[in-house]
Amino acid sequence: MTDHSKSKTKLFLKKLLNQRWLQIMVIPGIIWLVIFCYIPMYGIIIAFQDYTPGNPFWGGSFVGFKHFIAFFNDKYAIQAVWNTLRISFIKLIVTFPAPIIFALLLNEVTSTRFKKLVQSVSYLPYFISWVVMWGLLYALLNINGPLNTVLEELGILDEHIAFLARVDAFIPIAVLSDLWKGVGWSSILYLAAISNVPQDMYEAAYIDGASRLQRCLHITLPSIMPTVTIMLILAVSGILGSNFDQHLLLQNANNVSVARTIDVYVYNMGLQTGRYSYATAVNLARSIVSFFLLYAADRLSRWVSHGERGLF
Amino acid sequence: MKFKHTTGEKIFDVFLYIFLGLLAVLFIYPFWTVIAMSFNSATDTMRGGIILWPREFTLNNYRAVFKDNSIFQAYFITIARTVIGTIGHLLFTSALAYGLSKKHLMFRKTYFNLCIITMFFSGGMIPGVLNIFRLGLGNSFLVYVVPGLYSVYDMIIIKSFFNAMPQSLEESAKIDGANDLVIFFRIVLPNAKAVLATIGLATAVGQWNAWFDAYLYVDNPDLWPVQLLLQRVIASATSMSDAVAQNPNITAGSISPYSVQLATIIVAIGPIILIYPFFQKYFVKGMMIGAIKE
Repeated sequence: MTDHSKSKTKLFLKKLLNQRWLQIMVIPGIIWLVIFCYIPMYGIIIAFQDYTPGNPFWGGSFVGFKHFIAFFNDKYAIQAVWNTLRISFIKLIVTFPAPIIFALLLNEVTSTRFKKLVQSVSYLPYFISWVVMWGLLYALLNINGPLNTVLEELGILDEHIAFLARVDAFIPIAVLSDLWKGVGWSSILYLAAISNVPQDMYEAAYIDGASRLQRCLHITLPSIMPTVTIMLILAVSGILGSNFDQHLLLQNANNVSVARTIDVYVYNMGLQTGRYSYATAVNLARSIVSFFLLYAADRLSRWVSHGERGLF
Repeated sequence: MKFKHTTGEKIFDVFLYIFLGLLAVLFIYPFWTVIAMSFNSATDTMRGGIILWPREFTLNNYRAVFKDNSIFQAYFITIARTVIGTIGHLLFTSALAYGLSKKHLMFRKTYFNLCIITMFFSGGMIPGVLNIFRLGLGNSFLVYVVPGLYSVYDMIIIKSFFNAMPQSLEESAKIDGANDLVIFFRIVLPNAKAVLATIGLATAVGQWNAWFDAYLYVDNPDLWPVQLLLQRVIASATSMSDAVAQNPNITAGSISPYSVQLATIIVAIGPIILIYPFFQKYFVKGMMIGAIKE
């Protein structure tokens, strides 16, 4: 070793020694990332093997694209893809505009106390778990529960219905419970965007004789459009995902043909039936498509905002 | 400047207040009616018609919930995982953030890229679960804490907070000969209370509400958190009520699976509803921090 490289090594070690506490703070995190993120990433390799539990991810023999081919021939898997697209699409149509409208309406409220009250109450459902949500739904929609009572008294129903056990009630229940749980919380972003609109724009419009509706439609709405666009693009790119907790909990023998989405199917196949490799393959196929959707969404977002706003 | 409203706009105001008022009721009502039913006698609840108030007031449903130790044990686990999980998350994630916020940190770029990649790629559910079992975390309390020690997303938020902190704070301590670890605990963390509080609250709610990790990894009922206990209670109530529908005599007693489930729901969400009004604004702040980053 030459003197030069020796002194370089020495310098390197000295620098490292000087910042040993910083390194000690960072390195556990990196080790954690390797153990909890990178090893599972490597574990995707079992999609190309016949994995049996208890083995490490490495060292299995490869079976090629067997599981991917099986995926395309599996009518339940195709049904899960279809279910996912259908539910995501309906949820998008209902739950995407709702918080925007809610925020616009709240913005029209002049009494600060009333506005604060409605806001506070609307955020509350966001903080309960899906297990509790499932419990609430089960209580409300029970055959002898309040909804049945009210509908009967209003003369809408002749006899009580077990809503959660009906296949045709699944989508309305899933969509409305998502809406109830999330509409208040999602409106926060839009309310924040609205509060950034300069007040003098409203004043100028008012002096020019713009009505309240005109101010809302021509000042507030265009001002929050950038936020709306980004949220919409993000929502569309997530269309192959589903609310796993919700679907897993609300799924039962009666509604499984509608309720089982890709996420739940992966769980059913992988962890309940024990077809680990097959489930990993299904999930990998989904992830690849989702990744390209997100990439396309990012491009679109940059294009819409003339290069100013990417998603990342 | 005060805007004057036309008559039409005033009428709109009336409808607006009524509509939003009804919405507010709609957000509260499910909680309200479940509370009412949980205080109503089980056989009476089965007749239906409980909408606002209990008809036959009873505490039997709650007695049934508190009858055995399992709810107390579950509460103990939930509180333990919330406290330990949140403190651990804040400590480890902010330590990583602090290290990465230093420009002179060696291998900083490599470390940072290793973090960022995990935001875009993951192993997915199956390899992730198999990995946890292979690590021997199944059926152990650690499975509630260790996999949640770090979050790259939170790390980036905390790091940007550290970057914005005035350097002079740390420099004076450095001159006094304090090492990075001492500076981190004595100066940096106490000055980062605002960001730690918002991230800590979000983490705590996540821990309080978590059930799926326990559902997947933990068979031992002594380690179940309240949420999983509730999930089991509802699942068994669902199957029990099918049985009840076929054979109504099962409900001859004064409690039923359905009414015990109602009381369990209230026991599970009680603390959240009680503390919610006091912490609400911090939750909203947390949401905004995340949004600004985006």
